[in-house]
Amino acid sequence: MEKLEHSLWLVQVVNALFGPLVAGALGPLGIEFKPGHDVIPDFIVMSLLILIGMSALCLFIRSRLSVENPGTLQLALEAAVSFLNGMLDDFVGPKGRNYLTLVGTMFLFILTGNLMGLVPGLKAPTSNINVTLGCALTVFVYYQFHGIKEQGIVAYVKHFMMPPGAPAWIAPIYFPIEVISQLSRVLSLSVRLFGNIFGEDLVIVILASLVPFVVPVPMMALGLVTSALQAYIFAMLTTIYLAGAVVVDHGPEGHGAHGEGHDVAHAAAA
Amino acid sequence: MRKSLVLSLTLLFVAAGMVAPLFAQGTVPAGGSEVAKWSIITAGFALAIAAAFGALGQAKGLSAAAEAIARNPSATGDIRFALLLGLVLIESLVIYVLLVALILFFVKPFGG
Repeated sequence: MEKLEHSLWLVQVVNALFGPLVAGALGPLGIEFKPGHDVIPDFIVMSLLILIGMSALCLFIRSRLSVENPGTLQLALEAAVSFLNGMLDDFVGPKGRNYLTLVGTMFLFILTGNLMGLVPGLKAPTSNINVTLGCALTVFVYYQFHGIKEQGIVAYVKHFMMPPGAPAWIAPIYFPIEVISQLSRVLSLSVRLFGNIFGEDLVIVILASLVPFVVPVPMMALGLVTSALQAYIFAMLTTIYLAGAVVVDHGPEGHGAHGEGHDVAHAAAA
Repeated sequence: MRKSLVLSLTLLFVAAGMVAPLFAQGTVPAGGSEVAKWSIITAGFALAIAAAFGALGQAKGLSAAAEAIARNPSATGDIRFALLLGLVLIESLVIYVLLVALILFFVKPFGG
């Protein structure tokens, strides 16, 4: 195998069109570009493609929303929204729907990002550690911010010091453990998504470079499954982390769904 | 006539696909340092061990979930959700090892 990557046509076109603009804008900041390298990296081109494509699609659907006669795409998007709302209600409770913006965006971005790896001519932006680290850091900052906003900073830091129902002297032992566990969430979110998608694409590329005819197809079918699964897992872990930060324990609650979600949330948040 | 034409074209494509490996250049590994060679071997072993133990752990979880669904089919949704979450969390540990192996193979921090 000579070279693992070749430049995609779309990336070359975008660099030819906008490369000098971006290089000129970044020049005064002191960022130099060596002649061989692309000014706009391929994962940014693909992420912008998702951005523009999904925005155009949703604006198009929005102009054609109809109650009596919904089209197929509207039904599909409604199914996605109701699925995410159900997940948020299960884990976070009644305030869950406020967080649909981030959870839904992450889910759709990662789903389309993963699936783009299977389309010839496109490359999965989530197969690059920069993109997945960006997603993980966004989620981290978001749930910390909302945790502080909901509980106040004093109560939130107290959660870091003591697990609920523990004596006060446990704080010096528990605080470093909790900080490391929170930081490891960023690492695990980003590396899980990156490893899965990069590994999947790498296997398909290697199989296709050996026998390009029919052999990569089972791996691509597996890629469909793991793409959707990884997007769902990312959205679900975001919801669980949000629930851990935002939900205030008022003592034994009444409804069963909340209890069940909370148990699993505590297990997964470790 | 048409059917045999389609069949012969398909066989031609299959033959062309099968022949592709012949054109691959035989790559000669460059002379690297001793540490570099051992790092590659270590990465291979680490991946094998991680995959083995990851599969064992997932198999245990999977069998418990299947048995639970068989005993209580009405709780299938909750069990399936717990199973998926558990499988993905175990798999992420194997992915960490894959990440280290990829770094050793492609970033080559020890040279070679």
